[in-house]
Amino acid sequence: MKFWRKPLDLAAVRPARGRVVIIEERCKGCSFCIEYCSREVLALSESFNRKGYHFPKAIKPELCVNCHFCEAVCPEFAIFSVEEEAQA
Amino acid sequence: MAGKEVLTGVHFMDGDEACCEGAIAAGCRFFAGYPITPATEVAERMSRRLPQIGGIFIQMEDEIASMAAILGASWGGAKAMTSTSGPGFSLMMENIGLGVCTETPCVVANVQRAGPSTGLPTLVGQGDMMQARWGSHGPYEIIALTPSSPQEMFDFTVKAFNLSEQYRVPVFVMADEVVGHMSERVVIPPAERIKVVSRKQPKASPDKYLPYKPDADGVAPMATWGMGYHVHVTGLTHDERGYPVMDASAQEQMIARITGKIKKNAAKIISYDAMFMDDAQVVVVAYGISARSAKGAVAAARAQGQKVGLMKLNTVWPFPEEVIADLAGRVRGLIMPEINQGQVVLELERVAGGRCPVKFIGHPGGTIISPRVILAAAQEMLKEAL
Amino acid sequence: MSAKTAGGAAAAHPPVHPQDHLLRTDRLPHIWCTGCGIGIVFGSLMSAVMKSGLPLNDVAVVSGIGCTGRMAGYIKLDSYHTTHGRALPFATGLKLTRPQGKVIVASGDGDLFAIGGNHFIHAARRNLDLTVICVNNLNYGMTGGQQAPSTPFGAKTTTSPSGSPDQPFNFCALAAACGATYVARWTALHIRLLTQTIGEALAHRGFSFIEILAPCPTAFGRRNKIRNPLDLLRFYYDRSVVKNKISPDQAVMDFQGNLVVGKFVDVAKPTWLDGYRQVNSGQVGEWPEVAAEVPIPEKHLLGA
Repeated sequence: MKFWRKPLDLAAVRPARGRVVIIEERCKGCSFCIEYCSREVLALSESFNRKGYHFPKAIKPELCVNCHFCEAVCPEFAIFSVEEEAQA
Repeated sequence: MAGKEVLTGVHFMDGDEACCEGAIAAGCRFFAGYPITPATEVAERMSRRLPQIGGIFIQMEDEIASMAAILGASWGGAKAMTSTSGPGFSLMMENIGLGVCTETPCVVANVQRAGPSTGLPTLVGQGDMMQARWGSHGPYEIIALTPSSPQEMFDFTVKAFNLSEQYRVPVFVMADEVVGHMSERVVIPPAERIKVVSRKQPKASPDKYLPYKPDADGVAPMATWGMGYHVHVTGLTHDERGYPVMDASAQEQMIARITGKIKKNAAKIISYDAMFMDDAQVVVVAYGISARSAKGAVAAARAQGQKVGLMKLNTVWPFPEEVIADLAGRVRGLIMPEINQGQVVLELERVAGGRCPVKFIGHPGGTIISPRVILAAAQEMLKEAL
Repeated sequence: MSAKTAGGAAAAHPPVHPQDHLLRTDRLPHIWCTGCGIGIVFGSLMSAVMKSGLPLNDVAVVSGIGCTGRMAGYIKLDSYHTTHGRALPFATGLKLTRPQGKVIVASGDGDLFAIGGNHFIHAARRNLDLTVICVNNLNYGMTGGQQAPSTPFGAKTTTSPSGSPDQPFNFCALAAACGATYVARWTALHIRLLTQTIGEALAHRGFSFIEILAPCPTAFGRRNKIRNPLDLLRFYYDRSVVKNKISPDQAVMDFQGNLVVGKFVDVAKPTWLDGYRQVNSGQVGEWPEVAAEVPIPEKHLLGA
């Protein structure tokens, strides 16, 4: 008989860490990425790009778990995330 | 299936059938079409012949789809054609424009009947000649061949494919009901004696290749799907990269390219047969089935010692401007018979430029022009000229 | 690293988006408006193409005219931007001359179902091996928002200023009735499911059709009380209910109630080319080839 166990490596495994990268000049300010970031990493920047759109900025970059949803929901190919190396 | 591509030998077949054999001999391996009198026999024979040689025949839902499908097939790397008559030709016009704009080789055989609208489906007409030249919107140049016999249906369809491949432009075989339906002796030469031209392929690597940058002959090499060039093809005005550019200078450059390649090579494209021309005082300029009538008339005139010549146009578009202009300065008059209310004769008058009188003989369709009417007109003109 | 430093680095070395190798980046930013759903669908399509493992030289994209029709202009593959409504017949010729390749038709609801409706029903009937991605934004966006065959009854457009008097098509039901062998519908926010479905459609042999309900805030939303892109994206998603394998004629889009999404049809049938090869190799007998054991109905019983 199997029992549900508490993972023994719970302390050792850390959730994925990501880094969000924004290509500001491609952004048209729809804010989909901000709305649908499950970790609320992003907020609308006060500055704007050459076309006059406010682009997102990472206000809590350390919370990014590299889920790529901002990348998928962005209609402009203006944001993506990459895996962040675990810091020593 | 070896040996079924070119049916070398002497045949008794109609013009529509000869058109199919010409296409296949030229390398056509894709046909999309829709039944329409008097061009149906082309589709019927293609539906039998293409599967025998590994080609594709597909009957589409209409002529719009047929024309779009052959453009797609051409970009898939095949030599492709469709056939139709007036009403279907009208439906094809928008995609013919796409073919011109994207420089897509393909062949359209129009077996003309009398119009407008449904008109006389089973009876002859030559009323689509100006539509062939100007039918799709915007500025462009086109190539149209005008066969006058089943043998020429074979020969000119081969030629149509070659010109289309060489100059990357849709080419029309502007036949008519009588040429399409009359059966005559057709000689199909051995394959090695049939000249076949295929489109130029790019030599540059994909990162260097510009899909619409022409070579010295005005024609760009064509990278079709699967060659790894990842070309964007659009009916929007585009630059040499193939990218849409919405401004007047891009438009000017593109139009200069698609018209220039035909104009620049017009002398190589244009074909005509001159008969009894040496001392001719009056010349009948004719094409298609009306050239057959004209030949009878000219032969009759010569039998009576009258100096009448025949200029039989094998290509109506581009129009043989230089030859006609020169001719107009040397003869007493030109006559053009057409089964319409006067179409190509307008071009003849323009080019003759008042250097000699130009007479039109025609009727709106349903029957061929009698050689007797042409003969009478020629004799009349000889009298007037004296 | 913060977004600010990432952005700062952009000036010297623009960051490379993971999909840039499939994009004609020299044409970006694209023409689609803020909050337009086409870009999301386009990204999803590119993800599915990459995941499919198909050799990129063997994938072609064909579009018609309209906002979605511009997809062909941004993807760095052999791509064909054809005439209005004629993407499917063009794709027919392209596919049949290179059957080893994969042809994706990406176009809008107006292009595929109004001007191109006849081609759609026949391409589906033939079960041509094509993958059709239809972005449904409920109107003609490129020309500024006119009524389309998808516009809901009563919705305002520039050519239905008092509300559309037309009843819209159910595209999925139409596709299935015509013979499409793979039919699915999602909203633009069902991104993971959409990408997975496009992947399945690319692997499917036959006519696959995917409809994506996508926001057009600029032309459609603005005239119908939902001008904010985010609100429109959410409006479609929140009302959607997933009903896989439901009969497509039951998969209705009721904007007052629920919008049924899901995968409705996934069946294997011979393609047009299978049939063409079969008949031309003499494997098909004379028509009608009636099996001896088929009983012939007695007319008086039927009439009773």
